[in-house]
Amino acid sequence: MHIVVCIKQVPDSAQIRVHPVTNTIMRQGVPAIINPFDLAAIEEALQLKDRYGARVTVLTMGPPQAEAALRKAIAYGADDVVLLTDRAFAGADTLATSFALAQAIRKLGEEEAVDLVMTGKQTIDGDTAQVGPGIAKRLDLQLLTYVSEITDLDLSAGKITVQRRSEGGVQVIKTRLPALITMLESSNTIRFASMPNMFRAERQVVPQWNRDRAGIEDASKIGLKGSPTVVSKIFTPRPSSQRAKMVGADLDATGVANAVLDVLSSDHPRFAREIGLVTP
Amino acid sequence: MTDNSAAAPKPKGKKRLELDPKLAAYRGVWVFVEMERGQVHPVSWELLGEGRKLADVLEVELAALILGGDVGECDAAADQAFGYGANLAYTVADPVLADYRNQPYTRALTDLVNRYQPEILLLGATTLGRDLAGSVATTLLTGLTADCTELAIDPDNRGLLATRPTFGGSLLCTIQTLNYRPQMATVRPRVMAVPEAVSGRTGQIIQEKLQMVEEDIIAKVLEYIPDQNQEKAQLAYADIIVAGGRGMGRAENFQLLWGLARVLGAEVGGSRPVTHAGWLPAERQIGQSGKTVRPKLYIAAGISGAIQHRVGMESSDIIIAINNDPNAPIFDFATYGIVGDALQILPALTDAMRSRLSVSRRAG
Repeated sequence: MHIVVCIKQVPDSAQIRVHPVTNTIMRQGVPAIINPFDLAAIEEALQLKDRYGARVTVLTMGPPQAEAALRKAIAYGADDVVLLTDRAFAGADTLATSFALAQAIRKLGEEEAVDLVMTGKQTIDGDTAQVGPGIAKRLDLQLLTYVSEITDLDLSAGKITVQRRSEGGVQVIKTRLPALITMLESSNTIRFASMPNMFRAERQVVPQWNRDRAGIEDASKIGLKGSPTVVSKIFTPRPSSQRAKMVGADLDATGVANAVLDVLSSDHPRFAREIGLVTP
Repeated sequence: MTDNSAAAPKPKGKKRLELDPKLAAYRGVWVFVEMERGQVHPVSWELLGEGRKLADVLEVELAALILGGDVGECDAAADQAFGYGANLAYTVADPVLADYRNQPYTRALTDLVNRYQPEILLLGATTLGRDLAGSVATTLLTGLTADCTELAIDPDNRGLLATRPTFGGSLLCTIQTLNYRPQMATVRPRVMAVPEAVSGRTGQIIQEKLQMVEEDIIAKVLEYIPDQNQEKAQLAYADIIVAGGRGMGRAENFQLLWGLARVLGAEVGGSRPVTHAGWLPAERQIGQSGKTVRPKLYIAAGISGAIQHRVGMESSDIIIAINNDPNAPIFDFATYGIVGDALQILPALTDAMRSRLSVSRRAG
């Protein structure tokens, strides 16, 4: 079985803050990490490898620095990695991104047919959740989004059964391979890197694929040119209205609790009546 | 994987926005009405309210798109859609569409778009809407902007100006679709207000057929497990939310939040580190990569207020923040701030709430 996991290197958005006075974003020193949702996909692929035996190839598109994310993936246990990197890919929106990744996966499939493509449910920087479905449509893979569990995999029959989240419940779906799965983050936790894999991560060559190597002939389908959308304006959100009213600075816990309910009741009498905090 | 929101290329001139005459003929605003097992997701009505405004500016009709397993269900949804401002409804009722599956839904939607050629297509940014929108946009090879917080029309060229947060919510960017139609966008539940329904408003229902039979569809739904009421996080539409962050220390301490939530009849949510650590289920995550909420009261315990969390909850009417760091960014935008240990203040707050609520209930 050949599993391709698509990941993205992202800035750790939990560490991006807005300067309270200038209202500008403070990005200095924000570390680049593997998109946390993609870690669930890497772990799931490695578990399938443990159970059924598989070759796990981790693929990313990005600047040359994204190599660090791939070395990390090797440390977790990925067999092979590919860095899709070319200035021609820059400025790609989700449609152009899914085109380039789909081409690279097609190319990887020439070496060994791909049974499963896996990725996180979305990234934490773009948050679009569009690239997974995009790749699936371009490669005619069965699309399974928001998967919490792969309950059955029958390789000889080429069938897979998963549980996936829908708005009001969980769907149990059976379909054929090859398929593309986007994993829910809570499905599993990434394993610790093993010592041998950590050594391998340092030594292993990270192949860099440019446009030609990925077999992309039509440059009009990638990067800015291949993107139907364009950013016409970037601006800072309106600054927040006001700092919080601080309550109960010198009081104990009970005092603070009562103080905040008092101020809430007097500032918002209607709401306080509505929830029964004060007598109507 | 780069995308416009992250890569943020330089804004382009107007030149590329010139449309082919064929594409310029696309007319009308469409809203996908999301129905799961006969239940319409309220985000559909929120989108119709927004779609109505766009259609009025463009002087075109607003259409509701309804797919479902049963004619009666589709017609009932269409009637409701007319009340929320739709002029007409396209319905496809077929047993094949009873459960959501990507393949037949993508097919039904792309066929309708190719046939009637709307200029704008809006969907809810739910699990279903995102699965479907990404597939339809790729099949049609057109532009799709996710999680918009503002939609407007460019007076110069009738184009859709879709504004969304970027860089984890720290910036906003406005995205336009170039020489492609329809212009697609998704909007999260609760970002737009539900318009007032006008009863007695009617519209035309256009019934279409699905060009697929069950045998064409590879994926089979073996089972559907509806959420238990207790588990079902009705977060997005809750009036009161009690949320915890990394400052709660560990999973067991969330009992304190659940306790307060029980007294208040509230829902429990959390920031990304919390759901990532498994202290709360993923569907209870609030923020840019989780849910957007706008309750009347939001109590944030041990949440620093990173921008990625803030964008998901700052529309709350009243925010009470508890954090032991007086410099936590949450105090920059909360209504009330308490500097202290959430693990001590939460039980006290629960007791104080309980006694006040019972006093007023006895008196009332």
